[in-house]
Amino acid sequence: MNTPVSIKSISCHLPEKQVTNADLVKEFPFLTEATILKKTGILKRHVRNAEINEIGSDLGYHAAEKLFATNSGLREKIDFILFCTQGLDHKGPATACVLQERLKLGKKCGAIDIPMGCTGFVNGLGVAKGLLATRQASNILLVTAEIASSVIHPKDHELRMLFGDAGAATWIASDDESAMIGEFIHGSDGSGAPNLFVHSGATRQPVSQEWLDLHKEADGMLQGKLSMNGMEIFLFALRTVPGMIDELLKKSGMTMDDIQHFVFHQPNLFLLNTLRKKLAIPEDRFIISLENTGNTVSCTIPIALEEAKKNNTFKKGDRILLAAFGIGYSWSATIITIN
Amino acid sequence: MEIKDLIEKLETEFALPAETLKAETDFREIPEWGSMHALIIIAVVDTEFGVSLNGEDLRKASTLNDLYTIVKSKQN
Repeated sequence: MNTPVSIKSISCHLPEKQVTNADLVKEFPFLTEATILKKTGILKRHVRNAEINEIGSDLGYHAAEKLFATNSGLREKIDFILFCTQGLDHKGPATACVLQERLKLGKKCGAIDIPMGCTGFVNGLGVAKGLLATRQASNILLVTAEIASSVIHPKDHELRMLFGDAGAATWIASDDESAMIGEFIHGSDGSGAPNLFVHSGATRQPVSQEWLDLHKEADGMLQGKLSMNGMEIFLFALRTVPGMIDELLKKSGMTMDDIQHFVFHQPNLFLLNTLRKKLAIPEDRFIISLENTGNTVSCTIPIALEEAKKNNTFKKGDRILLAAFGIGYSWSATIITIN
Repeated sequence: MEIKDLIEKLETEFALPAETLKAETDFREIPEWGSMHALIIIAVVDTEFGVSLNGEDLRKASTLNDLYTIVKSKQN
């Protein structure tokens, strides 16, 4: 029999600096606040402080400290840390090891990085469930932390409208007392890689002198530059997400009616509403949570879960379907049950 | 589904007054046409008529009638 595994607690941390729609209009006078809101569903996004080089693990560290502050004695219990980001600290060592030390976790704590993007949180839950169910760990800290703003060109208004930075820390343990994690569906299709891609800044395409000259006006875009083919990403989501949900429901022996809440990765309001209509999900069962944070990549789902919990949206016995999809392409979904 | 259903749905989504669009309207001449409009067409056709269009389908069409013909052929 499978060991029960559940999400015990989530804490999120947003960087102080905010970019409102009014701020964007000042920089891009051809936009209006109303069009930005209509296109994206976003009012503001938080971004890292680039002047002090605030990075993903800094945001994740603060989220984890908040989690420890609200769950007394947890720090000592953690015996595995998973760090998920597309913005790792170093090429070596793993940032999960750096965080083990910074968060003062025990030396018997395992540490693995998961450099996924939009799918990262659900991937992380899948890895955590595997580690817990096979008794390799009993209390896991999953930290997701993203700084998409570090790879967005300052003149790219489309991407700056959409993305925000954030950190989230999730405690997952082997018990059935909280939000029990059910079955999973995973998938990937690397043929979609060019459609959401960070150019340069890593091993395959190191930053060159030519690159630095080309992006002189943007401080060299030293960490790389994100590009997105919005149409292709939109089509990918429309053709992949419904099938993934269908498979997950079948695997779980459930139908759409057995799910009380749907929490999807939050890329933008238009795509979310299109998916909601396609799947015929009633609005009151579909959680939208991007107005104040934007698309925070692997942090959108934990932010949405924490916000819904604060609003007392979830009741005992509710089932919540989590669906993540994006860069890779990659996709993952699971169902959690509130006990 | 008839072409008027498609036209009415698109008028609603583009926030245009009724009867602004005609079968012979070149959809790229819709005021402030942009990539968002293309996504809206794909979304409307997918959610309302259950047909998946791709970028190539849109490139091949210029009028709403062309679009309707493609949607009908994919429905069958």
